[in-house]
Amino acid sequence: MTEQQAGLAGDIMENGVAMTVPPGFSIDRREGHTDEYFLNMGPQHPSTHGVLRLMLRMDGENVLEVVPHLGYIHRGLEKIGENQTYLQNIHLTDRLDYLSSHINNLALCLAIEKAMGIGVPERAEYIRVMVCELQRIQSHLLWWGVLGMDLGAITSFLYGFKERELITDIFEEMCGARLTMNFFRPGGSFADVPDTFIPRVRAVVERMKSAIDEYDTLLTNNVIMHLRTKGIGVLAAETALAHGCSGPVLRGSGVAFDVRRSDPYSIYDRFSFDIPVGTVGDCFDRYKVRMEEMRQSLRIIEEAAASFPGGPYRSKKYATYNLPAGSYYSQVETARGLLGVYIEADGGPKPYRIKYRSPSFANLSALNDLAAGHKLADLVPIIATLDVLIPDIDR
Amino acid sequence: MKTQAKNIQGRGYPVERGGFVPDGQVHWSLAGYLTHLVNGCLSLVKGMGLTFGYFSHPGRIITQQYPENRETLVMFPRFRGRLALVMDEAGGAPLCTACGMCEKACPNGSISVLTRRDSGNRKVLGRYLYRFSQCTLCNLCVESCVFGAIRMAQDFELAAYDSSDLQLVLYGKEE
Amino acid sequence: MEPIIDTSRFPATNAIGDFIRAILPGPVAELANIVLAVLAILTVVGLTPVALIWMERKVAAHFQARLGPMRVGYHGLLQPLADGIKLIFKEVMKPEGADTFVFFLAPILSATASFMVLTVIPFDHHLQVTDPAGGVLYVIAVAGLGIMGVLLAGWSSNNKYSLLGAMRSGAQMISYEISLALLMLLIVLLSGTASLREIVFSQTGTVLDWWIFKFPFFGIIAFVLFLISSTAELNRAPFDMAEAESELTGGFTTEYSGITFAMFFLAEFVNMFMAASLTTTFFLGGFLAPQFGLASLDRMLDAIPGFLWFFLKSYSVIFIYMWFRWTFPRPRVDQLMNLEWKVLVPANFLLLLIAGLFVVMGWA
Repeated sequence: MTEQQAGLAGDIMENGVAMTVPPGFSIDRREGHTDEYFLNMGPQHPSTHGVLRLMLRMDGENVLEVVPHLGYIHRGLEKIGENQTYLQNIHLTDRLDYLSSHINNLALCLAIEKAMGIGVPERAEYIRVMVCELQRIQSHLLWWGVLGMDLGAITSFLYGFKERELITDIFEEMCGARLTMNFFRPGGSFADVPDTFIPRVRAVVERMKSAIDEYDTLLTNNVIMHLRTKGIGVLAAETALAHGCSGPVLRGSGVAFDVRRSDPYSIYDRFSFDIPVGTVGDCFDRYKVRMEEMRQSLRIIEEAAASFPGGPYRSKKYATYNLPAGSYYSQVETARGLLGVYIEADGGPKPYRIKYRSPSFANLSALNDLAAGHKLADLVPIIATLDVLIPDIDR
Repeated sequence: MKTQAKNIQGRGYPVERGGFVPDGQVHWSLAGYLTHLVNGCLSLVKGMGLTFGYFSHPGRIITQQYPENRETLVMFPRFRGRLALVMDEAGGAPLCTACGMCEKACPNGSISVLTRRDSGNRKVLGRYLYRFSQCTLCNLCVESCVFGAIRMAQDFELAAYDSSDLQLVLYGKEE
Repeated sequence: MEPIIDTSRFPATNAIGDFIRAILPGPVAELANIVLAVLAILTVVGLTPVALIWMERKVAAHFQARLGPMRVGYHGLLQPLADGIKLIFKEVMKPEGADTFVFFLAPILSATASFMVLTVIPFDHHLQVTDPAGGVLYVIAVAGLGIMGVLLAGWSSNNKYSLLGAMRSGAQMISYEISLALLMLLIVLLSGTASLREIVFSQTGTVLDWWIFKFPFFGIIAFVLFLISSTAELNRAPFDMAEAESELTGGFTTEYSGITFAMFFLAEFVNMFMAASLTTTFFLGGFLAPQFGLASLDRMLDAIPGFLWFFLKSYSVIFIYMWFRWTFPRPRVDQLMNLEWKVLVPANFLLLLIAGLFVVMGWA
């Protein structure tokens, strides 16, 4: 690793003028290159989806190198977590990947349940699976809308939100919140689902089936969409694995890895669903994988709604959750990939150390491999199909 | 790593890629070119048909005129707006026994329960301070209360011009 | 091919002009007439963006299952006024290191160019500032000036995004001007005149005599190609490479604020109206009332003044532009160039060839 790769700024001479090279770039100035320049994309750029800052080394419209700069929304959730009880930590996981807050809650609850040997009633398991799959659809809907907007089709944003609102309403009625849910607890959830839950879920499933067809008409089958995403940002399976990518990004590259299947948590092993994978690994594959995942999630929800059992929604409630000393790990498949929760417990009510392995961070690391050599305009669908969420990266 | 990737790959099913832009090598032919051109144009026309469907059906509009519909806008019973004390239906006194469980449950230190002694020298609720500016609306306090003495109110217009307006005294006199 | 103008039905002068000529001596009357015409155009220019801002907002909203502006006036009719007031009172900012003179010249240039084209548009048979014999040439030449404003804006802003946007738009507008010019040439070839007024009169007759139908089948293709080229020429989505909000934040307008931004905004909307009115003039019979060959219906339609028909047709074309914008994603800048040079230009040459054949054989 050279000094520049190690993140030290260096000066290079350009026509006798010293030019400062921003940190992180591996400058490789071959003969015959035209004037290169650095472009600062973000942290207030419309298509970096939050406060992600990208430094680009450009040659005209061509992107030669991308260096992401993180930390603009770092809140120190892991450190805060050391000073909060396990129960209080659940509401912090809402703020990791705020579009998968139910699934994040579940990840921490699974770790606590594993550590303390807490059982989960049948009804609670069904609630968990259905809610998590609704959350996945909701997250993908937002992603779909924003992807369309990034490509210039602003209408898709509103259409995506139209159906997303139906799911958000279910959540709001169920737990009182629309974004930071804080719904699951070790052994179940803090409240039972309302009576209207199953009818509303059924209605959403029906609406979503026709809605996805609409999305296909508007964007998936659109020739401009194909032009913009096919062959753009090809991620080889080996590279994806080497970067630790997971979720639709990894599956888009053709690796059928899904925690729900490879390490089934909750009761995912009881439902039949397929794992869509891409064949090329470009933006279009990642796009199609997510569209297909929505359909698969609908399958799971339908199956679960058909056999939704009665009974208690939560097993015994403890006054305090004191995890026995030791280390515990649990992993779930969020809408963005593998979320791992690692707890180092010292026997007290608070974790000694808590570590989140967030999918977006690993997925973002593949950005330079994807974007280098493409045009500036291609960076937009590449970032959009990586579907990174900045709070998930910075934590 | 390669073999592992291959092994896992066996269980997925490949997504369909459709064909406006060919994936592999292009074998140019006039018929193929024209088919692509016509199909591409058709895809655009279909998209325009979809948006026109929404344009011509105002009934499908889902947005609401917010401040105008304030009167009819009712939140769900479980909506987590802000913290409120539950009062005794008969006497109007709070159900709160000043046990302080909510104060302990709060992750952000947004609740302070101050006690006083009543005439019979029993510990009762003196003042209930709620720092709304620090609250993350996580519902843990409500869960921790075994008396059902606090609840989440259905208010949703919670913004204030001054952060001191968010230091609420739910019970007891202002200083 | 000599266009026959029925001067008794379609006099070239209007009552106001004739009245001024009657009361004032010759040269003074001509000057007064020109001043009046310019005032009329300024009114049109002033009102068009107002109507279009409202229309764009409402049309976009309804395409997106929204309501759009509803508060300022009935269904937001006064919204453009609110927008305008906001833009006028906002602070005009200039980035450090920007070339002050060029920075402020650019929006003026952009707006001026779009105003100038309107002088040759025949709003009605007696409503046209001037009708030069080479009106089409004038349109091509003046419309090209608009590029200068965009290029200068991007160049003087001292912003990499602005520069990228300006360079994109320069390449794009110059390329698409070619196919636009070829399509205008096609109509010139078919109608045998380069005067816009006479082009309209070459479409006298029924609806089927409009160039979109009169040039069988290929007319529709030419119309669609004209729509595509003019969308690109207008820098409108889906071909808004120069602004490309999600890529270049704001393209060449990134550094503009307040009234300077309003000038670009104005230019964009006037340009849109200009392109729509050119489409109307070339393909949809301009100010001529649609005639269907049914005597009673035709007489009724003919009773409606020509300029109303002109505006109705133009606004229909504008609706199509908006429809494009709120449906399609944006292609990449090199794909746009591919579309122009590998599809549109050859197709236009082919059309021109076919049109030549039609003219020689006397089919059209």
